[in-house]
Amino acid sequence: MSDNTTTPQVVLEVRGVSKQFPGVLANDNINFDLRKGEIHALLGENGAGKSTLMNLIYGLHRPDKGEFIVNGKPAVIHSPNDSIALGIGMVHQHFMLIPVFTVAENIMLGDETVKRGSLDRAAVAAKIRQISGQYGLDVEPNAIVGDLPVGIQQRVEILKTLYRKANIVILDEPTAVLTPQEAEDLFRIMRDLTARGVSIIFITHKLKEVLAVSDRITVMRGGRVVNTVTPAETNSAQLANMMVGRQVILTVDKQEREAAEETLIVENLTVRDQRDLETVHGVSFSVRAGEVLGIAGVQGNGQTELSEALTGLRHPTGGKVTIAGKDLTGKTPRAMTEAGLAHIPEDRQRHGLVLSYSITDNMVLCDYYRPPFSQRGVIQPKALDDYARRLIQAFDVRTPSPFVQAGKLSGGNQQKVIVARELSRKGVKLVIANQPTRGLDVGSIEYIHSEIVKMRDHGIAVLLISAELDEIMALSDRIAVMYRGQIVAIVNAKETTREKLGLLMAGAHAETA
Amino acid sequence: MDWKRFGFIGLVIVVLLGTVVMIGQVKQAPLLIITSMLATTIAVATPLTLGALSGVFCERSGVVNIGIEGMMLAAAFFGWLSGIYMYHIFKLPPPVCIGLGVFFAVLTGGLMALLHAALSITFKVDQIIGGTVINILAVGLTGFLNRQLFFGKGSVFGGTVPSSPGVLPTIHVPITELFGGICGGAASCLENVQAVNRVFDQKPIAMTAILLVFFSHYVLFNTRWGLRSRAVGEHPKAADTVGINVVMMRYANVVIGGLFAGLAGAYFTIESVPSFEPLLTNGRGFISLAAMIFGNWTPIGAWAAALVFGASQALLINMQIFRDVIPPQWAFLQESYIVGLTPYLLTMFILTGVIGKTTPPAADGVPYEK
Repeated sequence: MSDNTTTPQVVLEVRGVSKQFPGVLANDNINFDLRKGEIHALLGENGAGKSTLMNLIYGLHRPDKGEFIVNGKPAVIHSPNDSIALGIGMVHQHFMLIPVFTVAENIMLGDETVKRGSLDRAAVAAKIRQISGQYGLDVEPNAIVGDLPVGIQQRVEILKTLYRKANIVILDEPTAVLTPQEAEDLFRIMRDLTARGVSIIFITHKLKEVLAVSDRITVMRGGRVVNTVTPAETNSAQLANMMVGRQVILTVDKQEREAAEETLIVENLTVRDQRDLETVHGVSFSVRAGEVLGIAGVQGNGQTELSEALTGLRHPTGGKVTIAGKDLTGKTPRAMTEAGLAHIPEDRQRHGLVLSYSITDNMVLCDYYRPPFSQRGVIQPKALDDYARRLIQAFDVRTPSPFVQAGKLSGGNQQKVIVARELSRKGVKLVIANQPTRGLDVGSIEYIHSEIVKMRDHGIAVLLISAELDEIMALSDRIAVMYRGQIVAIVNAKETTREKLGLLMAGAHAETA
Repeated sequence: MDWKRFGFIGLVIVVLLGTVVMIGQVKQAPLLIITSMLATTIAVATPLTLGALSGVFCERSGVVNIGIEGMMLAAAFFGWLSGIYMYHIFKLPPPVCIGLGVFFAVLTGGLMALLHAALSITFKVDQIIGGTVINILAVGLTGFLNRQLFFGKGSVFGGTVPSSPGVLPTIHVPITELFGGICGGAASCLENVQAVNRVFDQKPIAMTAILLVFFSHYVLFNTRWGLRSRAVGEHPKAADTVGINVVMMRYANVVIGGLFAGLAGAYFTIESVPSFEPLLTNGRGFISLAAMIFGNWTPIGAWAAALVFGASQALLINMQIFRDVIPPQWAFLQESYIVGLTPYLLTMFILTGVIGKTTPPAADGVPYEK
């Protein structure tokens, strides 16, 4: 990576930048520098001020104090146009792409090539092909962006910055939406870019990635820079401590447990997706009381449809689902929850919460119709309020009041509301958790992991579906690997390795892996 | 715009034409009926076409505009009124008055749209409410002024509606002159050529509307302006991050839409008939929106859909012409209130989505918050 023997050239320097938002000092006297050709990771929990700092550098907001030095000269950045002109490009966490436009239209937007009044699509496509060839970013300029997989869409975003001749590229949480393979691909692209003199600011809260790809790491917490270190002089635990400001337990402690009766039995289950294609082909497994069964697999191998079929959101086309001794195949979500299912859904904003409802109302979404929350068909506000306040406290949901709309909470707190609701219900016998920590920061992940293990230790069956192999390995007693709609192997968590699981996830047979 | 949709449009127009031909052929040659009906179709589709274009510009940039009806009505009134003023108060020659009338109609549409833009973009009022405000405002304002100026005690024009300076003339396209030679002097052949010629002999706003359809299509899909306009209607934040001024683009497109609606208004009182009556737009602003939706927010598609509605209006007109030869088993066609339902029934049928679903711009109707 970058060569540190000579004095490194600094392409971007942030000096004493502060930004006050109503109620919070989002950036407090930030000093930061980016050297030519380096990957500089900016690490911090949600709300640490990383995104604010990047929005200041990109000109989406203006700082209250401080200055930016770009390529040795003080720079005035009042709008994205200014930063684009200075060679700064940004890939936003939520892509700034127009799905119905072609790749070429998306890339040229705002910087169009025009010939006699018409868009010169051919010239733009040629230029895109040239740039994508140069940086190894394979993309078809005439493809419609909405048809492309997420990983390719991200390439389009990167191309967008390169098309504008950016030599400083900000990547905001770029791996949050990627599969492990796509993330690997992104890291290769990042290294290619830096080898060609592009400097990258890599915003993330994933420790492993930071240690794997960065040249330097700056940690932020509570709007301030905690420290800047190199990967060689630090490790995961130390970084986590800097991020959170206290000791963080990265490994999960579990007691040995004797697994008991089978709480969830799935036999020969087949499920079709909304396009009516069969995505789960005759899957069978069981989860015992007091164990965590992890389902590992690259996203899109049928996990979503499987979990929907097990929680009543989707009708299976064949097979049988038994929960706590009752045949609940194709029953409604309510029948399932009444039988003892707690469900932490994959998409917390679509299936986990009613975003416009208060935290209180969200806390009782499964049980509002039952006493003590309802008496003779009438909701009891007092009971709801007491219950919500108790859970907010018990699960450490950070909110000014229980009346706050769920949509106003941070992702971590939203997930805590769901976890609180699902795990506190009476008579839970089975927990199905799908991607329970996706997009969350270290502190929240630690918390949710400990809650899941607590359920297991209390003798509840847990089915954990996750694309994060580390999560699966840390929490599971047994691990089932899903590939193309089938469970290709079920292994004992203690007797397997990352490598073996990785091979299985890529479709290798159990015997050869 | 898929073939299913164009096929449906073609089919409906053929059925409507066929009905008239079957009934009217005892009185007139089929070719004459077809050409005269096509000519009427194109003419009466004019305000629908312009209204639909108005909607396309607004909604492609992300602003829902159900106020097109009101913009048309206000433009029809003020265009007509300014023509009369110029004619009677300033004593200007009729062609000048008519031209200024068109100008003021277009201007009225633009101003009404500016109001809609301010409400929906700057003040972020619910755009359906904003559009409804425009519609109610137009009905109230035109009705009130119409009464105050022309009728009742102390009215400016003393209780009578003065004569208007007239309407726009038909422009003759010299097809007969250019291609009449192929007939070699045969009178029946020449008659046919003249009949075909009548389809092309339209008035200025009708002709302009057709040119604007193709021009708009080109602008929207092949120019920088169009790309940026569609971008702010699909994903304004993405446009903002590449330095496009979302607010300015939306304002400009809504006002452009208003100018189109204003020209549609001019059609009613300056091109079609030289008079105004309250509520004369009669829901055609809303039918324009249906045409826009059925045309999948594309100018050419919207025009094709507007022609269907035009044809169904031409059916109504022709059923009155051929009223006395309608066979008894089709007697219901004599009732203009039944035939008159056709455009409205078509609107409802089309909007059910049976002929394929259409997709509005993703940020249509959503105010942009930074």
